[in-house]
Order: sequence, then structure tokens, then C-alpha cells
Amino acid sequence: MPAICLYFQVHQPCRLKRYTAFDIGRDHDYENGGENLRLLEKVAERCYLPANALLSKLIHKHEGRFRLAFSLSGVLLDQLQLYRPDVLESFRLLAETGCVEFLNETYYHSLSFLFSRDEFRAQVSSHRRKIKELFGQDGKTFRFTELIYSNDLAREAAALGYDVILAEGAAALLGDRSPNRVYRASEGDGGGQIKLLLRNYRLSDDVSFRFSSRDWSEYPLTAEKYAHWIHKERPLNNALFCHSGLDKPAPEGRKPGESSNSLKILDSGFRRNDGREAEMELFKGLKENDAAKVINLFMDYETFGEHQWADTGIFHFLEELPKEILKHRDFLFATPAEIARSFEPVDCIDAPDLSSWADTERDLTAWLGNAMQRDAAGTLYGLETEVKARKNKALLENWRKLQTSDHFYYMCTKWFADGDVHKYFNPYPSPYDAYINYMNILDDLSRQVKKEKRS
Amino acid sequence: MRVLMFGWEFPPVVSGGLGTACYGITKALTGLGNPVLFVMPRIELSRPFPLLTMISASDVLADTSERKVRVSQDSLLPPSLISPIILRPYLQLRTSGEGRPGPSDWPAESYLAAGEGYGIDLFAEVLRYGEAGGLIAVRENFDVIHGHDWMTVPACLAARQESGKPFILHIHSLEFDRSGERINERIYDLERFGMEAANRIIAVSNYTKAMIVRRYGIDPGKIFVVHNALNHREAGEAYRTRKDGDDKVVLFMGRITFQKGPDYFIAAAARVLKEMPEVTFIMAGSGDMMPPMVERVAELKIGRRFRFTGFLQGSQVEEALAKADLYVMPSVSEPFGLAPLEAMMYDVPVIISRQSGVSEVLKHALKVDFWDVDELANKMIAVLKYPPLVGELVEGAREELKKLRWEKAALQILEVYNSDPKSEMISRRRGRGDAGVLFIRRGADDDDNEDSALI
Repeated sequence: MPAICLYFQVHQPCRLKRYTAFDIGRDHDYENGGENLRLLEKVAERCYLPANALLSKLIHKHEGRFRLAFSLSGVLLDQLQLYRPDVLESFRLLAETGCVEFLNETYYHSLSFLFSRDEFRAQVSSHRRKIKELFGQDGKTFRFTELIYSNDLAREAAALGYDVILAEGAAALLGDRSPNRVYRASEGDGGGQIKLLLRNYRLSDDVSFRFSSRDWSEYPLTAEKYAHWIHKERPLNNALFCHSGLDKPAPEGRKPGESSNSLKILDSGFRRNDGREAEMELFKGLKENDAAKVINLFMDYETFGEHQWADTGIFHFLEELPKEILKHRDFLFATPAEIARSFEPVDCIDAPDLSSWADTERDLTAWLGNAMQRDAAGTLYGLETEVKARKNKALLENWRKLQTSDHFYYMCTKWFADGDVHKYFNPYPSPYDAYINYMNILDDLSRQVKKEKRS
Repeated sequence: MRVLMFGWEFPPVVSGGLGTACYGITKALTGLGNPVLFVMPRIELSRPFPLLTMISASDVLADTSERKVRVSQDSLLPPSLISPIILRPYLQLRTSGEGRPGPSDWPAESYLAAGEGYGIDLFAEVLRYGEAGGLIAVRENFDVIHGHDWMTVPACLAARQESGKPFILHIHSLEFDRSGERINERIYDLERFGMEAANRIIAVSNYTKAMIVRRYGIDPGKIFVVHNALNHREAGEAYRTRKDGDDKVVLFMGRITFQKGPDYFIAAAARVLKEMPEVTFIMAGSGDMMPPMVERVAELKIGRRFRFTGFLQGSQVEEALAKADLYVMPSVSEPFGLAPLEAMMYDVPVIISRQSGVSEVLKHALKVDFWDVDELANKMIAVLKYPPLVGELVEGAREELKKLRWEKAALQILEVYNSDPKSEMISRRRGRGDAGVLFIRRGADDDDNEDSALI
């Protein structure tokens, strides 16, 4: 009974305004409000609203058999509350269906875990509260910024009470094992308690990166073809399964509907207590086969309509996808928390080093790869004790917003070689400009902190 | 490919980037096995490398036996360009003591520095040089004519008239770069005439190509962009001497003329000194804008931190670069701009104006619009204040410089030579004497020695 686990990351940073050396000490407003609003409006119209409407339609059409997860950064939620409550409402309506899980992350989409455990916990806890308040869900699943992952992080997430954590299906973690299984984190200090879902990056990137690429041999990608890959597994993945010896293809010739009778009850949501029983019923089939497959398709939500424009046919693809996947009666959609409840892990993943879903390296070099990035982050987190001692809410909020990982991403010098992806997302003409601007702002913030002290 | 090349200056006697570029181009072309006959108005010092033959135009004209077959310019140039020279008031003699190296009998006023302080009889010299071009073409055997900038246009046209070989005009700088809107119309006319007549044009940057199209109305289809490169030294990185004091030094080095934007440098310096009072600014060079610049510094009351060194040469240049913490090229209009590359060889971070060709090839440099004094000052401060920025810039620049090779430019130039379909249609062809012995040539197959020729 293979499950498709669909999770979309939804995030928009608060971009900084042009801030020169001459603004230091004079201007304490750091954000480019106009530009942030413009981009928020754009992505709301191109992506969030039409995609949410489509997902809502699909959830209703498939009577609950289509399920998915979102992770919305706190930085985005704040912007939506302020400027686009209608968009927030459309997410809330999705939550109402009971078919959508909202994950927890660090509120400011930050790298805090790498610099300060205290700050990390504070941000996870405020995000958890925010999600509970807006969507009525108590977070069961954690994902860290850009799918950064390590043993330490898993332990920390387990200690914070999460059942499952997401990561990139990187070779460094998997070796020759398949990403399409449920794993558990490395043992030690309770780390083994938490389950681990790993992104199938080939299938995920087929949609998020390659969908409209005319150079791609599979262009154009239809939902039918894609569902076929998922049903049959693509050759490379098959090789991996054979090697791991875990592949147990569903028996052929099963009568239609045989395994899916239990799927009818889905007017109840998994977040409601009375829905739990129904959900258990739903996944009864899964439990019978501990080594059941999970295909984790994780991608940026902005894939739909923003990275891949509407005229590429991406919405049509999304519209057809559930139908095509569910054509095969053995397949179902499930959210990370549902999978964690129903699947037993097949193996343990040891991740002594940090990994992420970025670039070809799948490491942290996109944010902390050069001296400027390390200097900027080091200087920022170096202010933590003093900022917190000031008990000044506005100051603390400014400091936290500067933690958003995008600010460091803009300083990445890899994009000279690594290509268009970085450039596309970068509001600065060069990483040097990004660093200069950021450091000027940090200088101002640090002066404010010092000034507070004196008064 | 055997190339007849008309130039105006050649190391070690150079007034700017033109001679340095000719050195790099001829060295790379000959290095690839293409013999080059390089014609200069006059030759005093020559250090040619194998396959490079230096020809002195004045020696050719002085030989009475050659003058018998002299070619009339009348058929080649419009009357307005041949008529007696009308001097414009701003055409002045170069001030003596500019410090250009060269023998005492060197007619510096006429041959050097075609782009500045035009000599009193510069145009007459250009026409005389043109006569020699025809004479040389009769005697020499070559496949293509390659001229550098407007001064060589009459010579190239005469050579084409005699040989029927294609004429490629290489544009290193335009009258609009040198003089802004107050152009010398005769020079402009000759530039335009030459570009219209040329079979192909090579521009040193896209910036220059765009200007040729916009200002001269030339068909973009016959303009090829070949970026300049760097004359790499064998010495490696031996020249970075450590500075004595802690005080930071910001360097402007180049002609103090309208084109180089010295006034923007001074305005930015005044802004920087308000924030960082201990910085020293050095303006190295000379030119017609020097007196007003000295006055401006006095007006702004920043003379205490500002130094004018006058024209530097040889080891003085190396010393200035070695001591600099930052090199700034705020040019108003710079077709290419080799000087920042020299600074980068000394591990000095550079700020360059976006109105320069070199900004098209450099990624590891900070870029500003020349008029944006605030941004220029902001970036100056950033370089002086944030060491990781310098580290990243310098490290990136080292890698970047390795890729800027004249061999690459030479290959592109050869492509331009070969791409010319009109080559055989031009003009009548005259018999050629093979007895080249009548020419006075200097230099032959000396060992090449580039070290002395760079600054």
C-alpha cells in the first residue's frame, strides 16, 4: 500500500531595503516594505490563491483521498495577516477539510539551530503556537529550514515532542538505500524515537525544476506519465530497491476497490479526535506491510504558478495528478503525521553531518559557504545575549527577522557557477552588495543595542 | 593568417590602455602562429616577440624611393577630412612634464595620447601615417588589415585600396568616451567614416558596441565584441608588500580627465571622511582636470587626507598599488578599462563604474553607477570596514584573473578575420613587389620580454 506524501513549503522573506553606511544610526527601519508587498501580491495572485482553490476542489472531489501537508513560515504568516488576510483564510479553509497537515518549523525560517539552541527552541515554540492558533493543529511533524538535517537536529526535535521529521533524500544519508521508506533517526539520547521521511528528489525535482524545461527528454510531463513513474517506479529507483531487498511489489490482479473500502470515511479530519479512529481504519492496510513504500514529494509551493508559470500547464498537471495516482487502487495520499502513525521504520539513518535540499551539494554552503556569510551570521548571533537582555520587543523582533536564511542565501558566491536558481531569487546585483547592505543594518542594530544599555 | 596591423603606441611607450592591449593582442596572435606586421608612426624602442615585425611609418615615408608610389588620400577620404586642420580652442599641446617615458626626440605631442590633449598637428600626422599605410601595403604580403582606433583609419583604407584585403577596425575608445558631449567633430567624422568603411568592427565591450550603434548609426551586425584581457606576469604573487601603518588607503590611478570621473572620487571621499576620518585618499595621475580637482579638495576641506602624486611610472605604480587597500575607477565612460585588472593582480579590491566594459567581465569587483556618489562612498566604507568582504573579493579575483587570457581574445579575433565574406570584393588590386628589403625594419626575432612592458 504505497503512500504519496505531498508537502509544500510556503515562505516569503522580508527583504531588506537599500541601506548605506550613511543610514547607520539614523534609520532603524530595515525592510523594503513596498517591494515585499509587491512580491507578496504577485505570488498570492499567481500561486497561493489559484493553487489553494484548486487543492480545495481536489480535496472535495476525491472525498478526502487526496491529502497533503504545508509548512508556512511565520514570516510569511505575519505578512499574510497584515496584507492578505484573504489568502490566509484560503489556507484556513484547507485546514478545515481535515485533509491538510500544517507542519512546524522555525518561525523566522532561520538557521538558528546551528548557532543557538535557546533561540531555536524559542522559534519552534512560537511557530507551534501560531499554527495552533491559526489552523487548530498541534504540530506532530517538524521540518527545519531548507530541510537541513542531522542527528543532533533529530534529537532536538524528538525532545520537543515531534513524531516525525523531514529531510532530503541525500546520498550522504541513504547510501544505496531507497528514499521511499520510513526510517528512524539515529539512536542515542532518544533520537531513535523520531521517524524520518526523506525527499525523493528525482521525482520532486521533475516537477519543481524540470516541468517546463524543453531540454528535458521527458518534456512535456503529463500527470499520466508522472503517475505511471510513481506506480512503476523509475528504473534508477528500481535498482535501488532491488539492492536493498525491500521491494515487495503489490500482487497483480487484485480486484478493484478491494483495498480501498476503508477510504470512504474521510469527511472526518485527522485533527479531530473523533477522526483518529477513522484514520486508523484508513491506514489499517498499511500496517499489514511494514516495509510499505512512501514516496515523499517535497517542493516549494511557489512551483505552482510562480516558478513554473500558469502557461506551462502546471495547474492542469496538479489538477490531474490525484486522479492519475489514485487510478491505481493500491496507492493513497497521506500526510507526514499520518504516515508516522501508521508505518514502522525499516532502518535507522545516521547523519553526523548537516545536509539540506539545496543545490547539487545538498549541504549548507548556500548559506554559510563563504567568509561573508559566516561573518554575517556570526555577528548576528553574537548579539543574542545583549539583545535579549534589553527586553525591548521591537529590537528583538528586528534581530529575529534578520535571521531569515534568505539574507545569507543572497550572499552566496556559488551562484556565479551554480547558476540561475540563486540569481532568480536574489534581489541584489551581487552577493557583495547583499553582504554590505546586511552588515550596515547589523551595525545599526548593534549600535541600538548598545544605546539601550546606556539609557 | 598574416596580419598587417596599424597601431599608434606599443609598450613600453604607452599613454593608456591602447598600447597595452596591442601588446597582448599581438603576443597572443603570434603565439598562435599568426605573423603580425605591426606599423607604428615611429619606432624607438621595440621588443618584439617571434613572428612580430615592427614597421616604422616615418621611416617608410622618409625613404624617397618609396614616395614615388605614394597613394593619394583624396580618393579615400571625404574632402572635409583632408582639408587643412582647423584647431578647436580646447585642442592643446600636451603639457610637458607629463612624464611619459621615451626618447627626447619622440614627437610626443603628435603620436602619443591620441585620446587626450590632442597634439597641434595630430590630424596631419594621422594623414601622413595614412600615406605610409598605402606604401607598406604595396610591399608586404598579408591576409588581413587590422587597425586600432580612429588614428589608423586612413592607413587602413590606403592599405585596403592597395591590397584588396579586408579591413577590420578595432575600437578601443571613442570620441564620446574621451570628451563626453563636447566632442571633436573631425575625430568623430573620421571614426564614423572608418567604421562605415570597415569590413568588420571589433569593439572591446558590449558597452562600446552599444555606443557605436547609438552614436554612430553603425549596423550592429558587423560589430563583434572581443573583451580585452590581462598580460599575466610570470612573477606570480611576489609583489604584495605589507603596508606600514593602520591607516587605510584608497587609490585613484589614471588620467585626471573628464572621462575618468575624478570629481566623483573626490565627492565620495568627502562622504567617507565624515564617517571614517582617518582614511587617506590618493589621486595618482595627471591631466587637464587636475587643477580644478585640487581646488575642489581644498573647498571640501579634505586636503589633510588627500594626496595628489602626479603621474606615476614603473616602480612607483607598483608601490602605490601595493600600499592601497582599495582601488577605485569611477569612469564616466570607459570602453574597457584595463587598470582595475592591474590592481587586482596586487590583491587590491576594486570598485568600478558600471559604465565600463571591464564591468562586463568582472564578477569579483564592486560596481556602482558613476553618478551615484552615495553608493560609491557606501562601498568604499564597506571595503574598509568589513574584512571578510575584502577576503572574498580578492580570492574570487585571483581565480577570475586566470581566466582573462589574451589567447582567448586572439581566438575570437581570428574568428572575426575568418568570418568576413566581403574580403575579396574590395577595390582594385595592385601588383606587389616582393623585395621588402627597401623597408627599414626594426626588431626581428628577439626573445620576448614582457615584464618591463606592463605599467
